[in-house]
Amino acid sequence: MLLTGSQILMECLLEQDVDTIFGYPGGSVLFIYDEIYKYSHKIHHILTSHEQGASHAADGYARSTGKPGVCIATSGPGATNLVTGIATAYMDSSPVVFITGNVAVDLIGKDSFQEADITGITMPITKYNCIVKDVTKLAEIVRKAFAIAKSGRPGPVLIDIPKDISNTKTEYTKATDKELNQYNSLGAKTSPVSSEEVETFKEMIVNAKKPYILVGGGVTRGNAFEETRKFAEMIKAPVGCTLMALGSFPGNHIQFSGTVGMHGSKASNLGMSECDLLISLGSRFSDRVIGDVRKFARNAKVVHVDVDGAEIDKNVVSHHSIVDEIKNVLTKMISAMQDCDLNMKPKEEWLAYIESLKKHNQVQVTTHKGRITANEIFDDIYKATKGDVFIVTDVGQHQMWAAKYFSFDFPKKLITSGGFGTMGFGAGAAIGTQAGNPGSHVLHIAGDGSFRMNCNELSTEEYYKLPIITIIINNGTLGMVRQWQTLFYEGRYSNTDLDRGPDFVKLADAYGIKGYEINTMEEFNEALSESLNSGKPAVLNCLIGMDDNVTPMVASGKPINQFVLD
Amino acid sequence: MAKYTLSVIVENHAGVLSRVTGMFSRRGFNIDSLAVGVIEDPAFSRITIVVDGDLRDVDQVEKQLGKLIEVKVVNVLQDDITTVRELMLIKVNAPVEKKAEIVQIVEIFRGKVVDVSPYSLTIEATGTHDKLKAFYDMLVPYGIIELARTGPVALQRGPNVLSNKRKR
Repeated sequence: MLLTGSQILMECLLEQDVDTIFGYPGGSVLFIYDEIYKYSHKIHHILTSHEQGASHAADGYARSTGKPGVCIATSGPGATNLVTGIATAYMDSSPVVFITGNVAVDLIGKDSFQEADITGITMPITKYNCIVKDVTKLAEIVRKAFAIAKSGRPGPVLIDIPKDISNTKTEYTKATDKELNQYNSLGAKTSPVSSEEVETFKEMIVNAKKPYILVGGGVTRGNAFEETRKFAEMIKAPVGCTLMALGSFPGNHIQFSGTVGMHGSKASNLGMSECDLLISLGSRFSDRVIGDVRKFARNAKVVHVDVDGAEIDKNVVSHHSIVDEIKNVLTKMISAMQDCDLNMKPKEEWLAYIESLKKHNQVQVTTHKGRITANEIFDDIYKATKGDVFIVTDVGQHQMWAAKYFSFDFPKKLITSGGFGTMGFGAGAAIGTQAGNPGSHVLHIAGDGSFRMNCNELSTEEYYKLPIITIIINNGTLGMVRQWQTLFYEGRYSNTDLDRGPDFVKLADAYGIKGYEINTMEEFNEALSESLNSGKPAVLNCLIGMDDNVTPMVASGKPINQFVLD
Repeated sequence: MAKYTLSVIVENHAGVLSRVTGMFSRRGFNIDSLAVGVIEDPAFSRITIVVDGDLRDVDQVEKQLGKLIEVKVVNVLQDDITTVRELMLIKVNAPVEKKAEIVQIVEIFRGKVVDVSPYSLTIEATGTHDKLKAFYDMLVPYGIIELARTGPVALQRGPNVLSNKRKR
């Protein structure tokens, strides 16, 4: 079949079972958008207000469904508007395929109108990228791109298509499953875990008196929830989650000791600091999690299990490591431990100690102004939804409060920018999450600072009837930065006061969305209940105290058992 | 801090060198020298890179390179089983009365004179890093006008072919 580059692109997307794409048209992608118009009965396109919104939407879609997200933008400024979204996906290992147009091949390199070397610009923040200068290679490149995005440690991939290539015809044949699968190993470099590695791991578990399990984003991306729970229950160790792993081990499980790291719980941080065996399942030991690396887990033997071999010994030196899909490793471990009498060392004292520290987890935010608090808000969200809800956040204090005060009992429900910390992520990500999960409730928790950044996407929510409930945790300031200025800059609040418009309720109304001004918990509960039942988007502007702090807190670069705020 | 030599086999097309060197700068590793050219199969190139660092740095460099899609094989070269050569072109100040003794030094180091003018000689020399340094030091007293050096290229001793090695 003789097809143009744009038609081949559409057919290749259908080969990958893509049914939803996010994007924004422009000159260089006119041929592609012409095909999107013709294929609209098969592939649903969501037009956002800004390319950044589209990039976060594709990312939110990928994180919440596990399927690769797809985002399309034009050349030049359209492509560069994706950069933040690409970097956000890269840092959190999210599978997204970005497709950009470029000027025609003979105009490349001549400073043409809306030209950008997007492959050069995004090289360090993509798992793979390339520019297609030969249309006969386009189908193969698209198939490779999807395989690379999804396999091993997932990540964003970018394909740059010059305008004339998108309109040049060549032979196309639909790929068989076998042909698609041949690229699977491109994005992953692992070999199946050996029985020696399993035995060594088992030995270390049996000899540990104070084991601790650190669950990281790798369990979320690797869908190893059942295996992680079974494994943890078998070895009876306390479990902590990084921000990217909340929900991958149930928050309401008796062995869960809380989030880890800079704003993690005391129980988890002391657990990691004082254990004698630290088992990392898919955590990359980010600086937010380990604090001062020289003092981290001094007394522990570290076992690092990860699908990406380059993470082993990158930040923390491990005593034993296994490079394979976590699902495979834990399945083998479970069967190795199941059939015999484990004879583990007694751990009652250790477990009791961690249990006693968990009482601290429930300490509430204190506020002086008679205003409602973040913990009350999250408590009531949990009561109203029983935890069966997508929580999409922006970045800052509200994000840390969400991690601390909401119990994430189910996997892939917390959609948040961890590695890159992108303010403004929430609006687009909520759109992608709702589009990918039409039957579920999606709550977008935002700070007032973050909300301002991409509130232009409210019109997208309204237009596509996405019943996203935006809850603005409004303290009239750039909260997290203010907290640091209070603690380390002697209260010099440089440019963190957000005592300015807009009136968020009026703004929501202007976008055709119902807005609520919330001052009491009664008002909150009523508004939340009404919004959840309305099937329509809503904005709840909740006023909280300006000086509410996130606790506990470990100062940056300090050991994680040293709390500057308790 | 030491210097380690890596031999990296990559797909031979535009952008690959940029991606490899970009990885070094992104991760904060310093490239001492770099030489690149096609191998026995022209679909691939060999990049020979000398990197500054300690063992832990080299381990990370090796692993991060291995993650790049267009990289086929990464090998950290072990001195005792590797043949390493570099090339140097050096233009030295050579008035009439000094030319003969300079040519004698060139012969001792098995170099070649490739250009001559009334006041200068351009010399080509290949060898290990140490040999070229010794040669250079011998010529300094005459006055060096210009110098151009490549980085090392290297092949492992024995019959094994690096590009046939499976990627980690």
